[in-house]
Amino acid sequence: MNSAVIPAPDAGKAAVERRLYFRRTVVNRLALVLGCAAALFGLVFLFWILWTTLSYGLKGVNLDLFTKMTPAPMSAGGLLNAFFGSAVICLIAIVIGSLLGVAAGTWLAEYAGNKRIGTVTRFINDILISAPSIVIGLFVAIVIVMQFKQYSALAGAIALALLVIPVVVRTTDEMLRLVPGQMREAALSLGVPQWKVTMQVLYRAALPGIVTGILLALARITGETAPLLFTAFGNQYWSTDLLKPMASVPVVMYQFVGSPYESWQTLAWAGALVLTVFVLLLSLLARAILLRNKTSHD
Amino acid sequence: MAASSPAAALPAAVIDASRRAERDARADKLFRGLLAAAGIFVLVTLIGIALSMLWGGREALAQFGIGFFFSAEWDPVNQKFGALIPIYGTLVSALIAMLIAVPVSFGIALFLTEIAPNWLRGPVASAIELLAGIPSIIYGMWGLFVFVPLVGEHVAPWLNDHLGSWPLIGPLFTGPPLGIGMLTAGFVLAIMVIPFISSVMREVFLTVPTRLKESAYALGSTKWEVVWDIVLPYTRTAVVGGVFLGFGRALGETMAVAYLVGNSVKFTPSLLEPSTTIAALIANDFNESTGLHRSSLLLLGFVLFVVTFIVLAAARLMLLRLSRKEGNA
Amino acid sequence: MLTSIKTRFVAVGLATVLGAASAQAADITGAGATFIYPILSKWSDSYNNATGNKINYQSIGSGGGITQIKAGTVSFGSSDKPLTPQELDEAGLAQFPSVIGGVVPVVNVEGVEAGKLKFTGPLLADIYQGKIKKWNDPAIAQVNPGVTLADANITVVHRSDGSGTTFNFTNYLSKVSPEWKSKAGEGTTVSWPVGVGGKGNEGVAAYVKQIKGSIGYVELAYALQNKMTYTALQNSAGQFVLPSLASFQAAAASADWKNAKDFHLVITNAPGENSWPITATNFILVYKQPKDSAAAKSVLDFFKWAYENGAKQAEELDYVPLPKSLVEQIEAYWQAEVKL
Repeated sequence: MNSAVIPAPDAGKAAVERRLYFRRTVVNRLALVLGCAAALFGLVFLFWILWTTLSYGLKGVNLDLFTKMTPAPMSAGGLLNAFFGSAVICLIAIVIGSLLGVAAGTWLAEYAGNKRIGTVTRFINDILISAPSIVIGLFVAIVIVMQFKQYSALAGAIALALLVIPVVVRTTDEMLRLVPGQMREAALSLGVPQWKVTMQVLYRAALPGIVTGILLALARITGETAPLLFTAFGNQYWSTDLLKPMASVPVVMYQFVGSPYESWQTLAWAGALVLTVFVLLLSLLARAILLRNKTSHD
Repeated sequence: MAASSPAAALPAAVIDASRRAERDARADKLFRGLLAAAGIFVLVTLIGIALSMLWGGREALAQFGIGFFFSAEWDPVNQKFGALIPIYGTLVSALIAMLIAVPVSFGIALFLTEIAPNWLRGPVASAIELLAGIPSIIYGMWGLFVFVPLVGEHVAPWLNDHLGSWPLIGPLFTGPPLGIGMLTAGFVLAIMVIPFISSVMREVFLTVPTRLKESAYALGSTKWEVVWDIVLPYTRTAVVGGVFLGFGRALGETMAVAYLVGNSVKFTPSLLEPSTTIAALIANDFNESTGLHRSSLLLLGFVLFVVTFIVLAAARLMLLRLSRKEGNA
Repeated sequence: MLTSIKTRFVAVGLATVLGAASAQAADITGAGATFIYPILSKWSDSYNNATGNKINYQSIGSGGGITQIKAGTVSFGSSDKPLTPQELDEAGLAQFPSVIGGVVPVVNVEGVEAGKLKFTGPLLADIYQGKIKKWNDPAIAQVNPGVTLADANITVVHRSDGSGTTFNFTNYLSKVSPEWKSKAGEGTTVSWPVGVGGKGNEGVAAYVKQIKGSIGYVELAYALQNKMTYTALQNSAGQFVLPSLASFQAAAASADWKNAKDFHLVITNAPGENSWPITATNFILVYKQPKDSAAAKSVLDFFKWAYENGAKQAEELDYVPLPKSLVEQIEAYWQAEVKL
């Protein structure tokens, strides 16, 4: 590369230089083309998967899907109990997970951030974000299901809450640390106790970011299957008892998609479509909130 | 205010204020205690997860000792369990995923930071990140319905014919063309981890100081040379961190793999034949296992957790190094 | 109709006696064999319509059914592999049959229609041991004169989970092939010499439908509903028979339930000209001294209802309903063994 930019005195050198330059251009072009191809690769699979979900799923989307219970084989039905179960389990998970997550995130950002224990917790939390969800499911199965000898919606919600916590901790921590120190100092100097500063000043400033984190966490747990298999289990009926097994959309999909019955497979794909649309809308919403917040700050 | 009030009231006001200060201090202490408890909870959870699994696996560990990790036997009938095959399957499928995902993610990051016109970057980046939002089970269903038949009918026979007879790598591509197996699982895993790796790469590429890149351009470098000789060396540790992050994800992925890997606990050199991974084996067997079988599964869960912990910790440390460098600069 | 009204009265009466906790209709969870999932969810559906009681049955495999009832996480378990009286005693469980069905080999071979291919027991064992690898193997051709098969690889599909279907299948193979018995043996899961694992009857059916040149084994209902190519099988009398309600019934008729303690009886390789060789009974497991006796009673009520009202539905799905004498024996067994 260096030799290429040294001025060449004679024609032979010029030819070498041209050839070198040619080679560099070709390598560059090739790299750029491959870069485009890589992006295209990602996009192709995104649209392929979405298309498959849409084309298989639309066949099963009708009023029955949202008004009827999961059917016996070869009968008609819907996924009402599964939708309800998923909503209940995810809602409880989000409430538990957000409360604990925001609290722990606040502790990291406001109190323990620079101490050793804070650094360690932040590090561990970052790892928990990517920890395999099936391991979390096993943990809850051992600690709760096997102790109380009962599969339950609550155990499922706790497993999902453990997946929510690290996501919320991280966004809360990050967002609070973005709040300018002057705001804290101004409020504290007025004699406002720190808990009030946190609740009324800092959270207000960091709210859009924290909400984004919670929405992203919700998007993540909505489609989680593995942790629910050993905890919430399944239920072919409508159930509102949190201490009993409860149906959920991903578990029903897992069961139905492998079944020999066409009506079940159609339902599984319809569930997949609803799930995907919901999850993608949530992530778009989260992104939009973050974006709007960013532009309003600028 | 104090000046206008009667002298007798002054001590009362002071007492009042100090009471309030006291109350505030108490509330602050309580608040702080609650937050700290939540923070400690995160720490304890991690340790709890590891310990509960080790505790659950103690029976298997006592029975098989260290040999558990080196035995290729998984025989529920005769109650003999070894971890070698699921560990091998987990590593190999994740490695296949990395072989595909790393170059593609690099290409995407390159596209998003250097090639694409500005108006295209946002939408494409968002689209790629949407891939990360699709639930794992839907990858599995798509894989089973669409991708498996494709591999079984076209890709696997081709690999059989063209690579199957090669020395060394030949055995990797032999066997009946089922369409399921580690190659399929690894490929779908690759699609699943691409958004994670590419978004880390894109982010760290953007941290490279503009003056460095512009100096290189000023010397006549091509875009590729800037990326390869300036951007990549500058961000190397973080890029490797991103790759490790993806690797950690691939190791623990469950539902998609359970549909695609074939769920057979037998050693096979071929990537086209059914195999299993730790996560898929647990998902399949846990609800029906008892005694030693369950204990072995929990021990496997412990192994998975420790391995992903190490990989993810390494990833974090490498990513931290870049941000520290940035902070110092 | 009359009976359903009667049961409703009983249920309502029961609920009043037990007070507020059971004021709603009973809500029971059972889990186990995928073998009976189709019929059990049908029964459960009709039972719910008739009485309002909800019997939630999750098909997680017989291995899972045994595990979960032992762990006490479900009100009843179900298994196609009977537990021995000793095992039952140790766990404090009672066991009784629910319905009889059959395991059938299914194949995915181009140009072969359902029922046209024949297998002998040892042939099946050899295929599942990986000794016969091609569809045009002379051993297959020998029992199938007139059928020409392509030079294609055989892909063996088996269950990946603990399964009573597997138990009955491997129990049969062990009875007809000493080599199979010594090498792989019988059980809810065995150490398979070759093949791909599918989860549940569903999983095996899905794989066989998807993989060309494959062979698997499923419960007959799964084969019929999937329009799969099932095969004929040679029985212990040397006859080739097709899987059907009649051939299952013939095998079931030979069973001597009267002398089977805790109904511990496996009816594979049954004698008789018309018997289907892999006929299987499904068993229900409940606690002899249940902690929640209301739940246990609901379970027994459900099966009592199913024996009385579910025969037609069972036959529609190609299961053999239990004969009257056996039902009487079961009800006496409940009286004697299960403390409500």
